[in-house]
Amino acid sequence: MVTGTLEKLEKMEQSNLFAPGFFTSKLSEAIGWCRKFSIFGFPMVTACCGMEYMSVACSHYDLDRFGAGFPRFSPRQADVLFVVGTISHKMAPVMRRVYDQMTDPKWVLAFGVCTCTGGFYNNYATVQGIDTIVPVDLYIPGCPPRPEAVMDGIIKLQAKIQAQGIRSTRVE
Amino acid sequence: MNIIELIQNKFPDLVVSTHDQCGDQTVVIRKEGIVTLAKFLKYDPELDFNMLTDLTCVDYLKMNQEPRFEMVYHFYSLTKNHRLRVKALVEEKSPEVDTLCELWPIANWFEREVWDMFGIRFKNHPNLKRILLYEEFVGHPLRKDYPYDKRQPIIGPKN
Repeated sequence: MVTGTLEKLEKMEQSNLFAPGFFTSKLSEAIGWCRKFSIFGFPMVTACCGMEYMSVACSHYDLDRFGAGFPRFSPRQADVLFVVGTISHKMAPVMRRVYDQMTDPKWVLAFGVCTCTGGFYNNYATVQGIDTIVPVDLYIPGCPPRPEAVMDGIIKLQAKIQAQGIRSTRVE
Repeated sequence: MNIIELIQNKFPDLVVSTHDQCGDQTVVIRKEGIVTLAKFLKYDPELDFNMLTDLTCVDYLKMNQEPRFEMVYHFYSLTKNHRLRVKALVEEKSPEVDTLCELWPIANWFEREVWDMFGIRFKNHPNLKRILLYEEFVGHPLRKDYPYDKRQPIIGPKN
């Protein structure tokens, strides 16, 4: 595909339409740009944060501006795991399984304070932050977070995806 | 019909105390007689308690009350439309009560929950294992001496 594009560019040059013209970029930047505008999220909604997730996922806030408006309900098709709501100890292995099923490259987004730290659930049932189970890329605190906070988080995640390059490996 | 009087006359040596507030009738009994009383409540045609609405436990640690635990049963009669609460006293030394699974099948899950949360064993229960928590969990979290911030081992994916 790259050679085809080059041939096209060469033809354009020969046609004198863009002459003298050239186009340079880094491959990792181009791929990062593609990746950050096609965030396919897997919404793992377990608690009340789900209401706020539904709000932010609907048309009013228009997540499609960031290429993140297309939820996939299979972990094998998803890039970003949205963990939305309290994770209990009994739910933890399920979440880990979902994370393991996702294909690289993948990112994890902790939505709401319960996923970040356990929130006010300091008890026997609740996992004290999902980063004890899976590596987390982005924490969005709030109980629940406002849609503006979620959008801000997605923009920050985009910056992270853009910057990380194609050869980075995930730290487990 | 006064259910409390009926039970007191029928089982005088079983009943520890009773109270009745605004028709909300409660009988406190010794735990040894729970099955005998439950059978009577279910099969007596006048009482006909065909429904066990709730079964739970209370921990009275540091409440100046002996014994420590109390099983609480709520019975309801669909035909007679009356209710009764039965409490059975359970000591800390031998936290064991007879099961009511034979009489009301719903007691199976209720009793598993009480075992899970309070560590009360149920004699003759067909499947007494944890229902809400997982097998690796240590202790019984709704006991008042369970530290609220105790951390349990995190369990991994299972096949």
